Amino acid sequence: MKLNHIFSALFSFLVLFQLQIVQAEQITPLESEADSALLLNQLVSVKSTSDKKDLINLIAGSNLPQRTRVLTAMQDGDLYYTKADEQLVYAKTHPDGYEISAVVNGEDLGVVGSRKVRKISINNELRTVLRGVLAELAIRSEDAAERLAAAKDLIRSPAPEFLAAIERAKAIESNDKVLESLNIAMAMINLKSDQQVLRLEAIEAFRGTLDSDAMSILAAMQLKDSDGNYLEKDELVRESSAAVLSEMRGQAKIYKLLENAFFGLSLGSVLLLTAVGLAITFGVMGVINMAHGEMMMLGAYTTYVIQLIMPNYIDYSIIVAIPAAFIVSGLVGIVIERGIIRHLYGRPLETLLATFGVSLILQQAVRSIFSPLNKSVSAPSWLSGSWEINGALSLTYNRLYIIIFSLIVLLLLVFLLKKTFVGLQMRAVTQNRAMANSMGIRTGWVDALTFGLGSGIAGIAGVALSQLTNVGPNLGQSYIIDSFMVVVFGGVGNLFGTFFAAMSLGVANKFLEPFAGAVLAKIFVLVFIILFIQWRPRGLFALKGRSVED
Amino acid sequence: MINKTIFERSAIGRLLLADKAGRYLIGVLLAAMILVPLCNLLMPAGSFFHIPTYVVVLLGKYLCYALLALALDLVWGYCGILSLGHGAFFALGGYAMGMHLMRQIGERGVYGNAELPDFMVFLNWTELPWYWYGFDSFFFAMFMVALVPAALAFVFGWLAFRSRVTGVYLSIITQAMTYALLLAFFRNDMGFGGNNGLTDFKDILGFSLQSDVTRCVLFALSALSVALAYILCRAIVSSKYGRVLVAIRDAESRTRFMGYRVEHFKLFVFVVSAMLAGIAGALYVPQVGIINPGEFGPINSIEIVIWVAIGGRGTLFGAVIGAVAVNYAKTYFTGAFPEVWLFMLGALFVISTLYLPKGIVGVVNQLRERRAERNATSTPEQGAQS
Amino acid sequence: MSAVVKSPGFHSAEMQSMLYLNGVTKSFDGFKAINNLSLDIYPGELRAIIGPNGAGKSTMMDIITGKTRPDSGEVRFRDSIDLTQYDEADIANLGIGRKFQKPTVIETLTVWENVELALAGTRSVLRALLHKLSSEQADKIDEVIKLVGLKAKTNDLAGSLSHGQKQWLEIGMLIVQGPELLLVDEPAAGMTDHETMETAALLKEINKDHTVVVVEHDMDFIKALDSKVTVLHEGGVLAEGRLEVVSANPRVIEVYLGR
Repeated sequence: MKLNHIFSALFSFLVLFQLQIVQAEQITPLESEADSALLLNQLVSVKSTSDKKDLINLIAGSNLPQRTRVLTAMQDGDLYYTKADEQLVYAKTHPDGYEISAVVNGEDLGVVGSRKVRKISINNELRTVLRGVLAELAIRSEDAAERLAAAKDLIRSPAPEFLAAIERAKAIESNDKVLESLNIAMAMINLKSDQQVLRLEAIEAFRGTLDSDAMSILAAMQLKDSDGNYLEKDELVRESSAAVLSEMRGQAKIYKLLENAFFGLSLGSVLLLTAVGLAITFGVMGVINMAHGEMMMLGAYTTYVIQLIMPNYIDYSIIVAIPAAFIVSGLVGIVIERGIIRHLYGRPLETLLATFGVSLILQQAVRSIFSPLNKSVSAPSWLSGSWEINGALSLTYNRLYIIIFSLIVLLLLVFLLKKTFVGLQMRAVTQNRAMANSMGIRTGWVDALTFGLGSGIAGIAGVALSQLTNVGPNLGQSYIIDSFMVVVFGGVGNLFGTFFAAMSLGVANKFLEPFAGAVLAKIFVLVFIILFIQWRPRGLFALKGRSVED
Repeated sequence: MINKTIFERSAIGRLLLADKAGRYLIGVLLAAMILVPLCNLLMPAGSFFHIPTYVVVLLGKYLCYALLALALDLVWGYCGILSLGHGAFFALGGYAMGMHLMRQIGERGVYGNAELPDFMVFLNWTELPWYWYGFDSFFFAMFMVALVPAALAFVFGWLAFRSRVTGVYLSIITQAMTYALLLAFFRNDMGFGGNNGLTDFKDILGFSLQSDVTRCVLFALSALSVALAYILCRAIVSSKYGRVLVAIRDAESRTRFMGYRVEHFKLFVFVVSAMLAGIAGALYVPQVGIINPGEFGPINSIEIVIWVAIGGRGTLFGAVIGAVAVNYAKTYFTGAFPEVWLFMLGALFVISTLYLPKGIVGVVNQLRERRAERNATSTPEQGAQS
Repeated sequence: MSAVVKSPGFHSAEMQSMLYLNGVTKSFDGFKAINNLSLDIYPGELRAIIGPNGAGKSTMMDIITGKTRPDSGEVRFRDSIDLTQYDEADIANLGIGRKFQKPTVIETLTVWENVELALAGTRSVLRALLHKLSSEQADKIDEVIKLVGLKAKTNDLAGSLSHGQKQWLEIGMLIVQGPELLLVDEPAAGMTDHETMETAALLKEINKDHTVVVVEHDMDFIKALDSKVTVLHEGGVLAEGRLEVVSANPRVIEVYLGR
């Protein structure tokens, strides 16, 4: 999200500012390029390990822009100097020797023979130092995301030499997530210490976090060796780790549930989107529209066409596609209603067959025009990424948006039906056609409009589906049965029922999946609905009363 | 003739005497049953009268579809139960037959395992699942061909009809039923070959499925089955029971208030229909050589409905005519103009519901009535009305 | 599942009432369609029930015939049978016949076949499959068709009949069903004056062998029936008695007759 970027930039700026102050106490900032060249070239001249160590710390503590790169290169053994003029260079192996570039100003110095340069030598002691300063540089980077990644790296490879760096980083860190990771990293290190107090403190530090590495290390402490003795000898530490672990697992379970519920709701929202148009045509008008899925397909193809028309504005294409899909599918719906369905009112089974025919024609039409292959519809950038709430729970934006979007569509629809004059006419016609007719409502026109509305909403659902699944001629078919199930389960003629049914079926499906697998979960849901219909033939929230009985 | 009087006295004879179209249909079927194999086996390949084997197989396939259409017409045309899941009964019958044919392969499979079909060996299964027991016996398998669809129809129908799920609701849940089965049979764990289904059959009762003679016999059996099923269905709909079915179709509530247990009447016809569909599937599988989960596809079931609608529902012979005509058109168009076929099929759905509510049979009847009026020699038409 | 064998002919002497409703209430979504309704029909009676639209007449019929289950109250048939325990088919077989407001006959069957289906007998699937008509039954069917005046139309499709003829056919179907109690919902709706009077006469004829409850709007028809009248209003009984008495009741005039 854009806003996020701005925040993080602002944040980094503040951190940077703090960093400068801290550094001022340690080392004189370097003013000019000449100064930095001086400092860097000392790497060539100093030979003893202790001098090099000081120099490394000096470089790390400076504000040299290339400090991270230099030190990384040094660690990786890619840092050389030219024998001729003793200039510090980065070197990359090349068939003819090395491809080198100057460290000071980044100037490309071409390829030289392997004898023309010499490596800046390091040893294990220096490697340890380098690892430490590099880690510190990373956890004090300007970019919060980089800092977070660095802290996570530390969690995975906890070593005592990082301890001081982490302490210093913690002092100036203000991002909660990074801070938490730093704490965990520190605790991971302390856990390896031989002081019981430190270890107990470390275990306490895990409490409340949901870090998976922490959980696995705690779990490892409960294991026994082949003789039945605990691997962890310190009983106090073991017990305390067991307590913290079970607490962490409990929390993780809750977040897992929340995540499942979120997945379920997002699936439910897709179902809601696909079913709500049907709730209008089937639920309100009583028309079985088997071509409903193809209305969605048309919406998805409209999105595809819009993206073809405006290839440079993919981010906005969805916004344009929503009304466009509504109009395209809505108009096709009106044509179908005027051309076919109006001749078949009161004959639901015939309507079912005729609209199925329409669905075949539409599928073949799309196949002929766009080819039978799936089309790729790109996702706008603002739909990618996710909102990370904590170690165990992160919500992807596309799912989040689809939940919001489906609710907006539903609310708009309810508003249209309940609060506008057109909606009033629609309800009047469905409740008492003859009376509405005699009051001067043009019932034929209202029928066409209602059907167009239902189809148009299917088109909008198609836009959403284009972001979730392959756009192809069979797109509609895979959703039609699900959407009928939702409408029938929720109770025909009741938008709230449709909403409730979609959400509960979505959630049920996602909660079954871990145990049964996706396909079996779907089968269970289908069988459940078939059985449910036996119990309540008119759905969960059926209109009761004499008028609907026969 | 003496024969005729015997014919007239028999129960079947009396049925057919009242059913002119049925007499023609059975005549054609019996003639085909004898002539097609003769033309295939005895006529030399170059002869004008020779029927190539692929045509025999194709015709056999049409006849299986005709049987399936008869089954659907019985429930839809006469009792108003629009099942969008009849493909499931067909497929179950087909799977039962396929399981028998799989067991018949024995050691001749790719892995040479006498007990386990290839796909099970491939999945590293070591034992035959319990529901495959018995299918090595032909008679057990044939029993299952009818029993499995019947059992599903019984359970499903018992639940649905008892709770009075009718009309489009029933149609939608029958569709859900076949869709659920489609998903289930796609799973490898089900033990029915998953995605690929059952195929690579070798022989049936020791006769090679590739031989022309076996194919001709299967064709003849299909023709005979359609004829027998037609007579069975005609007997059912001509009885008082058949009139109760029509009463349920046209005025379900009224029939209840007359004291008929509508759910029992529906259940019986639904189960009979499912068995016929299962038999159709069992005849189909050895002729086409494969059965896979695709047969459970909701689209397949809806196509059956269109055969019946095109032919003319509630007439029985209309279903046979529709199944053969639509499938012939399908074979022709998918070969000659593949991209046109779905447009055609779609248009058939629309046109037949809008303009031909009684199908081909209805159109023919109308034309004949008109001619009869012109000739002013009106003979009362006894055919079944839709 | 009950194939109760009915005692044909007339009812036992001890029977107090053919149909007895006490305190029956039924509401749909909070609206009380039937509110504490009580009704007592004695054996052999001809009873007319009138009431404005929404008075609960159809719901009452639904409750008696098992289509709708009451929320509370007693519904008894022949003193001892609790009708709330049975469904439509059971109740039809117990001996209650119902004629709908809209004539419902099987339009795609002939008049003769319609009556044949309604003819009393076992209603099982197997019997229906193997059914063979006896000459006795055929005579019975012919007799009833003659009674309702459709002799000339015997082999015509029921769908080709006029509105009034369909009403009669349905009444004929009710009679061959052999019920003890007939519920007749607005038999005169949509009929000509002449047909209305003929229908009244027909019902009186039927009343010789059956208990009959008629729901009707048409006052001339009620007059022609010349029977006890029950006035329903808002789901309960407003007044009961001879037509002359009831029509003098000021409450009745207010809600119904006076409009």
